[in-house]
Amino acid sequence: MTPAPISVPETAQSFVLIRLGERRFAVPAPQVAELVAPSRIFRFPHKSPEVEGVILRRGRMIPISDISDRLNGKKLSTRRFFLLATRKFAAQLDWIAIPVSGECELITTDMMEAGRNDSPHVAGWLSHSGEVIEVLRLSVLTPGPADRAASVHSHDLVEAVR
Amino acid sequence: MQSASTTRTPQPRTEQIILFRVSGQTFAISSASVQEVRSVDNIAGMAQDLPDSSIRKVRHSIRRSDRTLYIVNAALHFGLQPQPASLVFFLRRTRTALLIDGIEKMTTMSRLQSLSLAFQGEERNWYRGLTALDQTVIPVVQPAGFLSLEELTLLEAAQLAADTRAIGAETSGVHAQ
Repeated sequence: MTPAPISVPETAQSFVLIRLGERRFAVPAPQVAELVAPSRIFRFPHKSPEVEGVILRRGRMIPISDISDRLNGKKLSTRRFFLLATRKFAAQLDWIAIPVSGECELITTDMMEAGRNDSPHVAGWLSHSGEVIEVLRLSVLTPGPADRAASVHSHDLVEAVR
Repeated sequence: MQSASTTRTPQPRTEQIILFRVSGQTFAISSASVQEVRSVDNIAGMAQDLPDSSIRKVRHSIRRSDRTLYIVNAALHFGLQPQPASLVFFLRRTRTALLIDGIEKMTTMSRLQSLSLAFQGEERNWYRGLTALDQTVIPVVQPAGFLSLEELTLLEAAQLAADTRAIGAETSGVHAQ
Protein backbone atom coordinates (compact mmCIF):
# COMPACT_ATOMS: atom_id res chain seq x y z
CA MET A 1 0.00 0.00 0.00
CA THR A 2 1.33 3.38 -0.95
CA PRO A 3 1.44 5.86 1.94
CA ALA A 4 -0.73 8.89 1.49
CA PRO A 5 1.31 11.92 0.44
CA ILE A 6 1.69 14.53 3.12
CA SER A 7 -0.05 17.63 1.98
CA VAL A 8 1.70 20.88 2.73
CA PRO A 9 -0.17 24.08 1.97
CA GLU A 10 1.34 25.96 -0.95
CA THR A 11 1.97 28.98 1.18
CA ALA A 12 3.81 27.05 3.88
CA GLN A 13 7.44 27.98 4.38
CA SER A 14 10.21 26.70 6.59
CA PHE A 15 11.40 28.69 9.55
CA VAL A 16 14.02 28.25 12.23
CA LEU A 17 12.73 29.11 15.68
CA ILE A 18 15.37 30.69 17.86
CA ARG A 19 15.36 31.60 21.53
CA LEU A 20 16.65 34.95 22.70
CA GLY A 21 16.31 35.10 26.46
CA GLU A 22 12.70 34.48 27.40
CA ARG A 23 11.28 34.97 23.91
CA ARG A 24 11.20 32.91 20.75
CA PHE A 25 11.52 34.36 17.26
CA ALA A 26 11.54 32.89 13.77
CA VAL A 27 13.98 33.33 10.91
CA PRO A 28 13.17 32.11 7.38
CA ALA A 29 15.05 28.82 7.04
CA PRO A 30 16.67 29.65 3.67
CA GLN A 31 18.52 32.49 5.40
CA VAL A 32 19.99 30.16 8.00
CA ALA A 33 23.26 28.50 7.06
CA GLU A 34 24.36 26.83 10.24
CA LEU A 35 24.10 26.68 13.99
CA VAL A 36 27.49 26.51 15.67
CA ALA A 37 28.87 26.38 19.19
CA PRO A 38 30.30 29.70 20.37
CA SER A 39 33.91 29.98 19.33
CA ARG A 40 36.72 32.47 19.77
CA ILE A 41 35.71 36.04 19.01
CA PHE A 42 38.30 38.12 17.22
CA ARG A 43 38.18 41.82 17.99
CA PHE A 44 39.87 44.67 16.17
CA PRO A 45 39.31 48.42 16.09
CA HIS A 46 36.18 49.58 14.27
CA LYS A 47 33.36 52.11 14.63
CA SER A 48 30.32 49.88 14.19
CA PRO A 49 28.93 49.56 17.72
CA GLU A 50 26.44 46.84 16.79
CA VAL A 51 29.28 44.53 15.73
CA GLU A 52 30.99 42.75 18.58
CA GLY A 53 33.79 41.11 16.61
CA VAL A 54 34.13 38.32 14.11
CA ILE A 55 34.30 34.55 14.28
CA LEU A 56 36.24 32.35 11.92
CA ARG A 57 34.19 29.55 10.46
CA ARG A 58 35.54 27.36 7.65
CA GLY A 59 37.83 30.12 6.49
CA ARG A 60 35.05 32.71 6.44
CA MET A 61 35.19 35.68 8.82
CA ILE A 62 31.67 36.42 10.06
CA PRO A 63 30.67 39.46 12.14
CA ILE A 64 28.69 38.91 15.34
CA SER A 65 25.67 40.99 16.22
CA ASP A 66 23.61 40.46 19.37
CA ILE A 67 20.07 41.29 18.21
CA SER A 68 18.65 40.49 21.65
CA ASP A 69 19.67 43.99 22.68
CA ARG A 70 17.22 45.48 20.17
CA LEU A 71 14.46 42.92 20.65
CA ASN A 72 14.52 42.43 24.41
CA GLY A 73 16.30 45.56 25.56
CA LYS A 74 19.28 43.66 26.96
CA LYS A 75 22.16 41.56 25.69
CA LEU A 76 22.06 37.80 26.12
CA SER A 77 23.53 36.59 29.39
CA THR A 78 23.88 33.00 28.15
CA ARG A 79 25.03 32.13 24.66
CA ARG A 80 24.40 28.61 23.61
CA PHE A 81 24.95 28.85 19.86
CA PHE A 82 25.72 31.23 17.06
CA LEU A 83 23.12 31.19 14.32
CA LEU A 84 24.95 31.84 11.04
CA ALA A 85 22.59 33.56 8.66
CA THR A 86 22.74 35.42 5.37
CA ARG A 87 21.31 38.78 4.44
CA LYS A 88 20.96 40.17 0.96
CA PHE A 89 21.89 43.77 0.16
CA ALA A 90 21.25 44.53 -3.52
CA ALA A 91 23.14 41.73 -5.27
CA GLN A 92 25.48 41.02 -2.37
CA LEU A 93 24.99 38.19 0.08
CA ASP A 94 26.38 39.04 3.51
CA TRP A 95 26.84 36.74 6.51
CA ILE A 96 26.09 37.48 10.13
CA ALA A 97 26.45 35.44 13.35
CA ILE A 98 23.66 35.91 15.87
CA PRO A 99 24.07 34.66 19.45
CA VAL A 100 21.06 32.62 20.59
CA SER A 101 20.35 31.33 24.07
CA GLY A 102 18.59 28.02 23.49
CA GLU A 103 17.80 25.13 21.21
CA CYS A 104 16.56 25.92 17.72
CA GLU A 105 13.74 24.18 15.93
CA LEU A 106 12.88 23.84 12.25
CA ILE A 107 9.20 24.13 11.45
CA THR A 108 7.10 24.42 8.31
CA THR A 109 4.06 26.56 8.60
CA ASP A 110 2.10 29.43 7.07
CA MET A 111 3.19 32.94 7.77
CA MET A 112 0.86 35.86 8.23
CA GLU A 113 2.33 38.92 6.53
CA ALA A 114 3.25 41.82 8.77
CA GLY A 115 0.80 44.68 9.00
CA ARG A 116 1.37 48.39 8.53
CA ASN A 117 1.66 48.95 12.25
CA ASP A 118 4.31 46.32 12.79
CA SER A 119 7.93 47.32 13.31
CA PRO A 120 10.16 47.26 10.22
CA HIS A 121 12.08 44.30 11.62
CA VAL A 122 8.92 42.15 11.59
CA ALA A 123 8.42 40.26 8.33
CA GLY A 124 5.39 38.39 9.56
CA TRP A 125 3.83 36.28 12.27
CA LEU A 126 3.61 32.55 12.95
CA SER A 127 1.33 30.62 15.19
CA HIS A 128 3.10 27.63 16.70
CA SER A 129 2.32 25.49 19.75
CA GLY A 130 -0.09 28.08 21.05
CA GLU A 131 2.48 30.84 20.73
CA VAL A 132 2.46 33.79 18.33
CA ILE A 133 5.98 34.31 17.05
CA GLU A 134 7.58 37.22 15.17
CA VAL A 135 9.35 36.38 11.93
CA LEU A 136 12.46 38.53 11.88
CA ARG A 137 13.76 40.56 8.99
CA LEU A 138 17.47 40.19 9.67
CA SER A 139 18.61 42.79 7.19
CA VAL A 140 16.74 45.41 9.23
CA LEU A 141 17.72 44.12 12.66
CA THR A 142 21.40 43.60 12.03
CA PRO A 143 23.89 46.29 11.01
CA GLY A 144 24.25 46.97 7.32
CA PRO A 145 24.01 49.70 4.66
CA ALA A 146 21.93 52.66 5.86
CA ASP A 147 19.26 52.40 3.17
CA ARG A 148 18.57 48.76 3.96
CA ALA A 149 15.19 49.29 5.60
CA ALA A 150 13.67 50.88 2.54
CA SER A 151 15.25 48.56 0.01
CA VAL A 152 14.54 45.29 1.75
CA HIS A 153 11.22 46.01 3.38
CA SER A 154 9.13 44.04 0.95
CA HIS A 155 11.70 42.02 -0.96
CA ASP A 156 13.89 40.53 1.72
CA LEU A 157 11.75 37.62 2.75
CA VAL A 158 10.68 36.85 -0.80
CA GLU A 159 14.31 36.73 -1.91
CA ALA A 160 15.28 34.64 1.07
CA VAL A 161 12.75 31.91 0.45
CA ARG A 162 13.19 31.79 -3.30
CA MET B 1 48.37 11.28 -21.78
CA GLN B 2 48.00 14.84 -20.57
CA SER B 3 50.89 17.23 -20.74
CA ALA B 4 52.33 18.61 -17.52
CA SER B 5 51.00 22.06 -18.33
CA THR B 6 47.39 20.90 -18.44
CA THR B 7 47.54 18.89 -15.21
CA ARG B 8 49.21 21.58 -13.14
CA THR B 9 46.83 23.08 -10.59
CA PRO B 10 46.81 26.87 -10.50
CA GLN B 11 48.67 28.34 -7.55
CA PRO B 12 46.60 30.70 -5.40
CA ARG B 13 47.62 34.35 -5.68
CA THR B 14 49.53 35.41 -2.65
CA GLU B 15 50.62 38.75 -1.28
CA GLN B 16 53.57 39.54 0.96
CA ILE B 17 52.47 41.28 4.12
CA ILE B 18 54.06 42.73 7.24
CA LEU B 19 52.35 42.00 10.55
CA PHE B 20 52.80 44.89 12.94
CA ARG B 21 51.66 45.77 16.44
CA VAL B 22 49.87 48.85 17.70
CA SER B 23 48.84 48.94 21.38
CA GLY B 24 48.73 45.17 21.60
CA GLN B 25 46.63 44.76 18.44
CA THR B 26 48.07 43.06 15.36
CA PHE B 27 47.48 44.50 11.90
CA ALA B 28 48.75 43.57 8.45
CA ILE B 29 49.95 45.78 5.64
CA SER B 30 51.07 44.86 2.16
CA SER B 31 54.86 44.96 2.14
CA ALA B 32 54.64 46.62 -1.27
CA SER B 33 53.01 49.61 0.42
CA VAL B 34 55.92 50.17 2.78
CA GLN B 35 58.70 52.15 1.20
CA GLU B 36 60.95 52.32 4.22
CA VAL B 37 61.05 51.36 7.90
CA ARG B 38 62.97 53.59 10.30
CA SER B 39 63.31 53.69 14.06
CA VAL B 40 61.68 56.61 15.87
CA ASP B 41 65.06 57.64 17.31
CA ASN B 42 66.42 57.80 13.80
CA ILE B 43 63.91 60.38 12.59
CA ALA B 44 63.56 62.37 15.81
CA GLY B 45 65.92 65.12 14.66
CA MET B 46 64.25 65.45 11.26
CA ALA B 47 60.64 65.78 12.41
CA GLN B 48 59.02 69.19 12.58
CA ASP B 49 56.42 70.10 15.21
CA LEU B 50 52.95 71.00 13.97
CA PRO B 51 51.56 72.96 16.95
CA ASP B 52 48.59 74.21 14.93
CA SER B 53 47.49 70.74 13.87
CA SER B 54 43.84 70.15 14.71
CA ILE B 55 44.25 66.48 13.84
CA ARG B 56 44.99 64.78 17.14
CA LYS B 57 46.76 61.79 15.60
CA VAL B 58 49.25 64.04 13.73
CA ARG B 59 51.65 66.20 15.73
CA HIS B 60 54.71 66.17 13.47
CA SER B 61 55.70 66.20 9.84
CA ILE B 62 58.87 65.18 8.07
CA ARG B 63 60.48 66.25 4.78
CA ARG B 64 61.35 63.41 2.42
CA SER B 65 63.06 64.63 -0.77
CA ASP B 66 60.61 67.23 -2.09
CA ARG B 67 57.55 66.07 -0.15
CA THR B 68 56.15 66.67 3.29
CA LEU B 69 54.87 63.56 5.03
CA TYR B 70 52.66 63.64 8.09
CA ILE B 71 53.54 61.38 11.00
CA VAL B 72 50.36 59.57 12.00
CA ASN B 73 50.10 57.94 15.40
CA ALA B 74 48.49 54.60 14.49
CA ALA B 75 47.15 54.03 18.02
CA LEU B 76 45.24 57.32 17.99
CA HIS B 77 44.06 56.68 14.43
CA PHE B 78 42.47 53.37 15.50
CA GLY B 79 41.20 54.74 18.81
CA LEU B 80 43.58 52.60 20.87
CA GLN B 81 45.47 53.50 24.02
CA PRO B 82 48.77 54.96 22.76
CA GLN B 83 52.01 53.32 23.82
CA PRO B 84 55.53 54.49 23.08
CA ALA B 85 56.06 53.88 19.37
CA SER B 86 59.37 52.51 18.21
CA LEU B 87 59.13 52.33 14.41
CA VAL B 88 57.92 54.43 11.51
CA PHE B 89 56.59 53.05 8.23
CA PHE B 90 56.96 55.41 5.30
CA LEU B 91 54.03 54.44 3.14
CA ARG B 92 54.43 54.42 -0.62
CA ARG B 93 52.17 56.68 -2.71
CA THR B 94 50.73 58.41 0.37
CA ARG B 95 51.66 61.38 2.56
CA THR B 96 51.71 59.17 5.63
CA ALA B 97 54.53 58.13 7.91
CA LEU B 98 52.99 55.69 10.36
CA LEU B 99 54.08 55.39 13.99
CA ILE B 100 53.80 51.80 15.19
CA ASP B 101 54.93 49.81 18.22
CA GLY B 102 56.81 47.08 16.38
CA ILE B 103 56.94 44.50 13.62
CA GLU B 104 55.89 40.94 14.37
CA LYS B 105 56.93 39.23 11.16
CA MET B 106 56.70 39.15 7.40
CA THR B 107 54.50 36.51 5.87
CA THR B 108 52.19 35.86 2.92
CA MET B 109 48.43 35.91 2.73
CA SER B 110 46.55 33.94 0.14
CA ARG B 111 43.08 35.26 0.83
CA LEU B 112 41.73 38.70 1.60
CA GLN B 113 38.07 38.80 2.55
CA SER B 114 36.43 42.15 2.00
CA LEU B 115 34.89 43.74 5.06
CA SER B 116 31.35 42.55 5.79
CA LEU B 117 28.58 45.06 5.12
CA ALA B 118 27.83 44.88 8.84
CA PHE B 119 30.78 47.23 9.25
CA GLN B 120 29.50 50.67 8.34
CA GLY B 121 31.87 53.04 10.13
CA GLU B 122 35.23 54.60 9.38
CA GLU B 123 36.73 51.11 9.31
CA ARG B 124 35.54 50.82 5.71
CA ASN B 125 38.30 53.33 4.88
CA TRP B 126 40.79 51.90 7.35
CA TYR B 127 40.88 48.34 6.06
CA ARG B 128 41.19 46.60 2.72
CA GLY B 129 39.63 43.60 4.41
CA LEU B 130 40.40 40.74 6.75
CA THR B 131 42.71 37.79 6.43
CA ALA B 132 43.05 34.62 8.47
CA LEU B 133 46.54 33.49 9.46
CA ASP B 134 47.14 30.54 11.78
CA GLN B 135 43.48 30.50 12.82
CA THR B 136 43.63 34.19 13.76
CA VAL B 137 41.78 37.04 12.10
CA ILE B 138 43.91 40.02 11.15
CA PRO B 139 42.70 43.29 9.63
CA VAL B 140 44.67 44.36 6.56
CA VAL B 141 45.11 48.12 6.57
CA GLN B 142 44.45 50.45 3.67
CA PRO B 143 47.56 52.67 3.29
CA ALA B 144 45.53 55.54 1.84
CA GLY B 145 43.04 55.33 4.71
CA PHE B 146 45.19 56.96 7.38
CA LEU B 147 44.60 60.51 6.17
CA SER B 148 41.50 61.72 4.41
CA LEU B 149 41.51 64.56 1.91
CA GLU B 150 39.94 66.85 4.52
CA GLU B 151 42.60 65.94 7.07
CA LEU B 152 45.35 66.56 4.51
CA THR B 153 43.92 70.00 3.78
CA LEU B 154 43.95 70.88 7.48
CA LEU B 155 47.46 69.52 7.88
CA GLU B 156 48.73 71.53 4.94
CA ALA B 157 47.42 74.68 6.63
CA ALA B 158 49.11 73.67 9.89
CA GLN B 159 52.33 72.96 7.97
CA LEU B 160 52.19 76.38 6.30
CA ALA B 161 51.77 78.04 9.72
CA ALA B 162 54.72 76.06 11.10
CA ASP B 163 56.90 76.96 8.09
CA THR B 164 55.98 80.64 8.36
CA ARG B 165 56.82 80.61 12.06
CA ALA B 166 60.16 78.89 11.37
CA ILE B 167 61.08 81.43 8.66
CA GLY B 168 60.09 84.26 11.00
CA ALA B 169 62.29 82.85 13.76
CA GLU B 170 65.22 82.46 11.34
CA THR B 171 64.79 86.01 10.05
CA SER B 172 64.65 87.49 13.54
CA GLY B 173 67.75 85.45 14.38
CA VAL B 174 69.59 86.99 11.40
CA HIS B 175 68.50 90.50 12.42
CA ALA B 176 69.69 89.89 15.97
CA GLN B 177 73.13 88.96 14.64
